[in-house]
Amino acid sequence: MLELRSVSKRFGGVVATDDVTLEVKRGEVHALIGPNGAGKTTLIAQVAGDLGSDRGTIVFEGADVTHAPQHQRVRAGLARSYQITSIFGRFSVLDNLALAVQARSGSSFSFWAPVAGEAALFEEARAIAAEIGLSGRESEIAATLAHGEQRALEVGLALATRPRLVLLDEPMAGMGPEESQRVITLVERIRAQVAVLLVEHDMDAVFRLADRVSVLVSGRVIATGTPAAIRAHAEVKRAYLGESAAA
Amino acid sequence: MARVVAWVVLAAALAFPLAVQETYYLSFASRIFIYALAATSLNLVLGYGGMISFGHAAFVGTGAYVSSIFIAEGLTSAWFGWPVAVAAAALAALVIGAVSLRTRGVYFIMITLAFAQMMFFLVNSMKAYGGDEGLSLTGRASTGIGIDLGSDVAFYYISLAVLAAGVGGLHRLVHSRFGRVIQAIRENEARAEAIGFPVYRYKLACFVLAGAVGGLAGVLLASHGKYVNPNVLHWTQSGTLMVMVILGGVGRLWGGVVGAASLLGLEDLIANHRVEWLASILPNYQQHANLGVGVVLLAIVLFAPQGIAGLFARRRNA
Repeated sequence: MLELRSVSKRFGGVVATDDVTLEVKRGEVHALIGPNGAGKTTLIAQVAGDLGSDRGTIVFEGADVTHAPQHQRVRAGLARSYQITSIFGRFSVLDNLALAVQARSGSSFSFWAPVAGEAALFEEARAIAAEIGLSGRESEIAATLAHGEQRALEVGLALATRPRLVLLDEPMAGMGPEESQRVITLVERIRAQVAVLLVEHDMDAVFRLADRVSVLVSGRVIATGTPAAIRAHAEVKRAYLGESAAA
Repeated sequence: MARVVAWVVLAAALAFPLAVQETYYLSFASRIFIYALAATSLNLVLGYGGMISFGHAAFVGTGAYVSSIFIAEGLTSAWFGWPVAVAAAALAALVIGAVSLRTRGVYFIMITLAFAQMMFFLVNSMKAYGGDEGLSLTGRASTGIGIDLGSDVAFYYISLAVLAAGVGGLHRLVHSRFGRVIQAIRENEARAEAIGFPVYRYKLACFVLAGAVGGLAGVLLASHGKYVNPNVLHWTQSGTLMVMVILGGVGRLWGGVVGAASLLGLEDLIANHRVEWLASILPNYQQHANLGVGVVLLAIVLFAPQGIAGLFARRRNA
């Protein structure tokens, strides 16, 4: 479904991602783990189209999207969420989600008819709000939500584009155990329809959710395999898991 | 409530020529309407689209010059000259926007300013159409349907009608799909792209639309004074429009109208209504109307960052 072939990105002299080859299969939850600064967020940005790639090819659903602008990738079914919450702060929760629904439903070069008349947009936005646990909070202004709720909305915006593959960049960042559990449940529920590339530091979540895990260290993929195989992998243990496995 | 106020203001504007016969006030009111339209169009890009364009005078000037040149050349029909002038302003906005919108922040401000100044110097060098002395017109455009634009009353109503259509159009626009997208881009451009909107295209469309309406204001402005000179394109003109928007309310439906009326009203008040006790302290204060305007602007920015229109909105919400 998604194939990265020798993808690289450097910022000046710093190599952020280095010759990354990786595949996300249909129906798979693929976790991307690695220490801070390993290049996980850069790689997500390259796949999503926030960042261009210096070398390599990105193929999504059989089409080369290496040079496609981000909005085209989103339309093709490749959406992302951000590690640092990026929502429309002054809009209500419902308006946030309705915008994402609007983005993929027909042209928005419509200058006269009020959006408020489009019941279908808001109906669907409400359904997504329910899905991410924000039922009853639809009319709140996004910026005033609690941290956990903003994180949920962050993921909701990505899901509202109806992706076929969603890139989740640390969806549980800064969440308490209860909120994290809600994200885990959400991923469990959507995985039947949506493939997931998940960047996450919470190893319990990663090993519970992932079908396969890739380990990124200093911009390079040092191992890919099932959670069990990764746990047993000597190099991975040394490079990354050592500390958290001991903890 | 806001709707009631709007209708009352419109009714008062409609009745104004019946109550006031002096040409001066009719003409002054028409000028306010025209600047209100120009400021409203700037508010679309600046307030709703979040694009700090410092070159809006380029489009007002294009509309003003193109329509004036037609009249100077003997093509006096408004049905021909006005749409072509508006289209020319839209085209200018398309070219300037296509380049400028590839930049962000202060670079965008500077590049729009630079384009407008280039056009300022271009018309300055157009000797055939008056150069730096400007172009005087023998009359206003003709309509051919029995409306004499040369009459101050008719021109007043035309300006009012165009402004009303402009504000009404803006109201529809900001609640439309397109309007929601440009406001979302203003809020968070990266995220707008990340949920699938081709951000550049929307910004460009917004810029062109505002340029076209600015051009229409320019057409009316040149027609109003039966005269156009390069200063209509000068950067201070862009600055004046920006001041109007900030004064009235950035991203507020009535911001441009309230700002234009306040600024021009204040200038007129200071220049034409001598306050004796103030004159005894500052004998020449009336020649420095801008100083008073500056103080008011400072107060607005510091104490009412939502502009004058925002003050009323806040009271209503409270």
